[in-house]
Amino acid sequence: MERHDRRRGFFYATPVSLMLMICFVAPLIVIAAFSILPQKEFSLFTRPDFSSYVEFFRQGYYKPLLWSLGMALATVVILFLVCWPLAYAMARVFGKFTLVITIAVVVTLFVSENIRLFGWVLTLMKGGLIEGHLRAWTGSGFDGLLYNTPVIVFGLVYVYFPFMLFPLAQGIAMVPDDARQAASDLGASRWQVFKEIELPLAAPGIVVGSLLTFVLATGAMAEAKLLGGQAVIVFADEIETAFTYGQNWPLGSALAMVLILFVAVLAIIGINKVDLDSIMGRGR
Amino acid sequence: MKTTLSMRLALYFYGVLVIVILYLPLVSVGFASVSKARYLTFPIKRYDTRWYSSAIESSTVHELVVTSFYIAAIVTVISMIFGFLGALAFARYQWRFRSTFQKLILLPIFFPQGVLGLALLMWFNALGIVPSWKTAVVAHLVWIAPIATLIIAIRAYSFDSALEEASRDLGASTWVTLKEVTIPLLLPGVISAGLFAFLLSWGNFPLSLFTTGADSTLPEWLYAKMVSGYTPLVPTVGMLSIAASVLILIAAFLLSGLFLGKGAKQRR
Repeated sequence: MERHDRRRGFFYATPVSLMLMICFVAPLIVIAAFSILPQKEFSLFTRPDFSSYVEFFRQGYYKPLLWSLGMALATVVILFLVCWPLAYAMARVFGKFTLVITIAVVVTLFVSENIRLFGWVLTLMKGGLIEGHLRAWTGSGFDGLLYNTPVIVFGLVYVYFPFMLFPLAQGIAMVPDDARQAASDLGASRWQVFKEIELPLAAPGIVVGSLLTFVLATGAMAEAKLLGGQAVIVFADEIETAFTYGQNWPLGSALAMVLILFVAVLAIIGINKVDLDSIMGRGR
Repeated sequence: MKTTLSMRLALYFYGVLVIVILYLPLVSVGFASVSKARYLTFPIKRYDTRWYSSAIESSTVHELVVTSFYIAAIVTVISMIFGFLGALAFARYQWRFRSTFQKLILLPIFFPQGVLGLALLMWFNALGIVPSWKTAVVAHLVWIAPIATLIIAIRAYSFDSALEEASRDLGASTWVTLKEVTIPLLLPGVISAGLFAFLLSWGNFPLSLFTTGADSTLPEWLYAKMVSGYTPLVPTVGMLSIAASVLILIAAFLLSGLFLGKGAKQRR
C-alpha cells in the first residue's frame, strides 16, 4: 500500500503543480528578470543593471510602501479584535446559528469586491444613505465620511473580514474544552484563560488569519482608490502606475519585487510554522 | 467555564450586527439601482426600473456577461478536475514531496492578486501571447484551482483510507475504486469547490484587470465606470451581477440536494 501511495500522490499532484509552475513560478521569475533591466526597457535580452532599485530609494517609493504596510498592520489588529468574539461564539456558543453566519459571510465573498466598495461609497458619501437620511430627518447633515485614511482602513477591514473570521473560528475550535475547564477550575480568571490557554492553543488559526489578511491588505488597491480618493497613494497603485502610465516595466517590476519579497518572507515563515494537517483535518 | 445568559445574548446581538453591516453596502446599491434620478442622492424620491430595462437591452452588457460566463465556466471545470486530484495528493496519500506540494498550493492564495495579474501579463508578453479572455482563464486558475484543492482536501481529510483499501482487496481495479469509492465520497467537496470556483471567478476583478487584453469582464467594466465616467447603469449592472450569483447558488443547492439525496438513498 505504501508504495502505491507514493506513486499516486506524485501522479495526482502533477496537473495542478505543473500549472502553478508554468503560470505562477515562471511569471515571478520573469518579474525578477525585468526588475534588473535598464529603465524603460521592454525586451528581456539587454545588459542588466540595478537602476530600478536605485529609483525605489531616489524617488521615495518607500513612502507608499510604508503607508501600505502601516494600513495593513492596522487592518490586522482591528480585524483580530472585531473577529475574536464572533469566532469564539461561532466555535463555542452559537450551535446552529453558526451555519447561518457562515453562509451569510461566504455569500458576500461571491459579490465582486468593487460592487461592495461602491456600495460603501453610496452609503458614506455626502447625500448618501447615511448623510442623506440624516439631513432629511434632522435638517442638518455633515460632509460625508469618504476620502480619508481611516475610511481606507475601514474598507480593508470590511473586505478582508472573512479571511480573518474563518481561520480564527477554526483555531478556536481546536482548543479543547477540557483545557479551558481545568484552568478555570484551578482559579484562572477569564483574562488568564484567554491569555494562557486560548491564545496559544488557537495560535495556528491566528497565524493563518493574520498572515492572510496582512498580505492581501498590503497588496490592495481598490479600497484606496474607491473609498480614499487621492487621500493616500498605496504601493500597489504605484506599481500599476509604473506599468501603465509610466510605461516603465523594469521600474514596475522592481517595485513589485519589493512587495513580493515582503509577502513571500512572511508567507513562507507563517506557512512553515503551521501544521496544515491538524488545522484542516482535526475535529471532523 | 459557563457563558452567562447575558453574554450569550450579547454575542447573538453582535453576530446579527456584523451581518447587517456586511450587507449594508448592498442595500445602498439596491436602492441606487431603482432610483429614477440621473444624479443619485438619498433619500430616494422617485423609483423607476428603467435602468434595468436599458441594462438588459444593452449589447455592451450582453458581451460582458458572455465573456465573464465563459471564463467562469472553464475555470470551474478545470478547477474541479485539478482540485479533485490535487486534494488526494494534499490530504490523503503519504508521498515524498507532500509538504512541498502543500506549500506550493498555499502560496498563490497568500499573494496579492493585482501583482499576480501583472506578472502574468509580462509572462504572456515574453511568450508572445496576446492577452484575451482566454489568458484571463489562466490567471483565474492560478488563484482558484488552489482554493478548489483546499476545499476538496478538507473533505479528503475525513476520508477513511480503509474504504479504498477494502475495495482494492476485494479485487476492484484502480479505476473502479476511483469511480465507486473515491469520487462518490468526495463528491460534496467537489461540488462546493465547483460552486466556489464559478462564483469567485465571476466576481473577480484584480486578476482580470491586466490579463483580459481587449476583452472585458463585468467587474472590470464596473470598476472602469466607477473610477471615471459614472452612469446610472453601474448600480443596476452590479445588482444584476449579484442576482446571477444568488441564482446560481440557489440552483446549486437544489441540484446538490437532489443528487446527494438520491446517492445517499441508493447506498442505503
